[in-house]
Amino acid sequence: MTRVFVPRDSGALSMGAEAVARAIAAEAAVRNQAVTLVRNGSRGLYWLEPMVEVETPTGRIAYGPVTPGDVPGLFDAGFLAGKAHPLGHGPTEQIPYLAKQERLTTARVGVIDPVSIPDYERHGGFRGLRNALAMAPAAIVEAVTQSGLRGRGGAAFPTGIKWKTVLGTTADQKYIVCNADEGDSGTFSDRMIMEGDPLVLVEGMIIAGLAVGATAGYIYVRSEYPHAVTALTEAIQAASAGGFLGASVLGSGRRFDLEVRVGAGAYICGEETALLESLEGRRGMVRYKPPLPAIEGLFGKPTVINNVISLASVPIILDRGAAYYRDYGMGRSRGTLPIQLAGNVKYGGLVEKAFGVTVRELLYDYGGGTRSGRPIRAVQIGGPLGAYLPASQFDTPLDYEAFIGISAMVGHGGIVVFDDTVDMAHQARWAMEFCAIESCGKCTPCRIGSIRGVEVLDRIIADEDREANLALVRDLCDTMLAGSLCALGGMTPFPVLSALNHFPEDFGLPAAPLAAAAR
Amino acid sequence: MPPETATAPWTPAVQRALDDHKARPGALLPILHEIQQRVGHVPPEAVPVIAEALNLSRAEVHGVVTFYHDFRDHPAGRHVLKVCLAESCQAVGCDHLLAHAKQRLGVELHGTSADGAVTLEPVYCLGNCALSPALMVDGDVVGRATPEKLDGLLAELRRPA
Ligand SMILES: Cc1cc2nc3c(=O)[nH]c(=O)nc-3n(C[C@H](O)[C@H](O)[C@H](O)COP(=O)(O)O)c2cc1C
Ligand code: SF4
Ligand code: FES
Repeated sequence: MTRVFVPRDSGALSMGAEAVARAIAAEAAVRNQAVTLVRNGSRGLYWLEPMVEVETPTGRIAYGPVTPGDVPGLFDAGFLAGKAHPLGHGPTEQIPYLAKQERLTTARVGVIDPVSIPDYERHGGFRGLRNALAMAPAAIVEAVTQSGLRGRGGAAFPTGIKWKTVLGTTADQKYIVCNADEGDSGTFSDRMIMEGDPLVLVEGMIIAGLAVGATAGYIYVRSEYPHAVTALTEAIQAASAGGFLGASVLGSGRRFDLEVRVGAGAYICGEETALLESLEGRRGMVRYKPPLPAIEGLFGKPTVINNVISLASVPIILDRGAAYYRDYGMGRSRGTLPIQLAGNVKYGGLVEKAFGVTVRELLYDYGGGTRSGRPIRAVQIGGPLGAYLPASQFDTPLDYEAFIGISAMVGHGGIVVFDDTVDMAHQARWAMEFCAIESCGKCTPCRIGSIRGVEVLDRIIADEDREANLALVRDLCDTMLAGSLCALGGMTPFPVLSALNHFPEDFGLPAAPLAAAAR
Repeated sequence: MPPETATAPWTPAVQRALDDHKARPGALLPILHEIQQRVGHVPPEAVPVIAEALNLSRAEVHGVVTFYHDFRDHPAGRHVLKVCLAESCQAVGCDHLLAHAKQRLGVELHGTSADGAVTLEPVYCLGNCALSPALMVDGDVVGRATPEKLDGLLAELRRPA
């Protein structure tokens, strides 16, 4: 029985993976060849999707991008034995894009059957949980603290410190909430985990529950991710049947229940307190802090709320030890980050690397430049609230503090590439427009300021009273920065001001001198 | 349930959604999702019914329905085409794709083509940014979309049932 892997990842499906899977099954039947189809996640080499892999005695061999029409030819060429074909890329793990990565959190994505407990355990799954079950809660929290893990959802707050606060509370009920709203444009690592290795998230949440004394968890997934919802639901069913969830986790007598909830299309519901409001069945309005969710979170109870990648990084820390994870990275940015290359990029996909890799390496050594073949002019990092970087800043290493140093943000690690046809005044206008569309409406600088921002930028673009209107935009940004309750209003100025500062020529001003642009 | 709504075509679906989820904490979103899935939209006349069942005010339920982009208070076309308009898709020309879709369907955003086949909606990131520009057709994502791909899709969607 030859195992053939065709991803069920929604990116692969968006390029026709379903039809390819059907064609392979049909062709195998016609030829009387014994084939087991495994629907794995994506390896994250999206330009090769649908990427089909065949398991051979010498390892897995990759072919892609495959269309249904290619399937008979692949059989003719002997792809079931890993033989050569024009679409062949040799052993998957030796493809340079993949071979040069440091995949810790995403190690199993694309490798295993996402909802198979045996496959998961064969690849190191649930070892972290088994270790955690033998540890005191405070020791689990200490391991996470020592690992240096910081929140991957955007704010980079130390995960261990957050857990410690919740552990220190006394309550009849505590919760673990997973933030799977992944609203940032240019990001898809949460989705890849949920579709390609959902059990690692389940395991991370159980460990979090053991660490802080929480017996119930919710995963809040955006509605744009139906395939992630399906995979998570299947994974939770499998984990329950296997005794990993429920009244007594692996017979320990400790309870952990897990449920998936689906969002309804609102960017602001990625903000943690708006997410909690939404989970409680209300509009996603941002809450005032304090109280912190760690003290009064979901349904008023102490709550750990963490991003998918943060939680999915916990099992390997408990498996290999805090030092193993902490040894990757630079400065105060420890471990690895699953980086996502997006936009106008030749080789878009997932690149998990230790912190310290530079933007330039990511754009050129991995990304291969633009898809259009034109020069890269700007990249936006960290989602719609992240700054635009000009080429003079491409040597910045991925490091939380280095990014703060250039008024930028690593955020959730998405990098969106633009070529030299981009109009940065339009991008600045869009930042304001997006803020206006998605504002929860609680504070004036955000709700009204963003609408004014669009109007003023429209006037600048139309060359009306440019100087005065540019001063007005800067004023408005100051007000939003200082007077917004959350980062939607408070950080929309970052893309706007970075566009203006680094690309003044797009706003009808003289071009920035190189030295100033580099700052 | 007030008598005038007891017989509406959507009544069984609403009742079913309430029965399925009413007991769960924070039940409103799951209920609205199920109603929208079964009925195609959340009928404004159903709001008081939901409010009463959950012990909420009508204003609270109405507020939730209108806050979220996903919920609609009137029926859509037979299919919903969502065009991603966020940054990664902007970087590879989603504005052309949107203009093409508008022109082919003869509608603006949120509009439904005259034949009732397709409603055009915006969406802000489908998590398919490595394969931008992206579209979503009734829950299925399409990567590296082009006007030609879109024409092929629309021809299928608009084929008389
Ligand atoms: C407007 C806004 C949108 C956000 N969207 C997300 C999101 O989609 N996913 C996420 O994990 N965090 C998001 N965050 C950050 C969360 O508020 C919060 O910091 C995070 O869930 C904490 O988890 P972490 O410490 O593991 O990162 C957003 C914040 C803001 C202000
Ligand atoms: S900044 Fe905007 S999104 Fe955030 S709380 Fe204020 S109005 Fe709501
Ligand atoms: S921005 Fe369009 S799919 Fe992410």
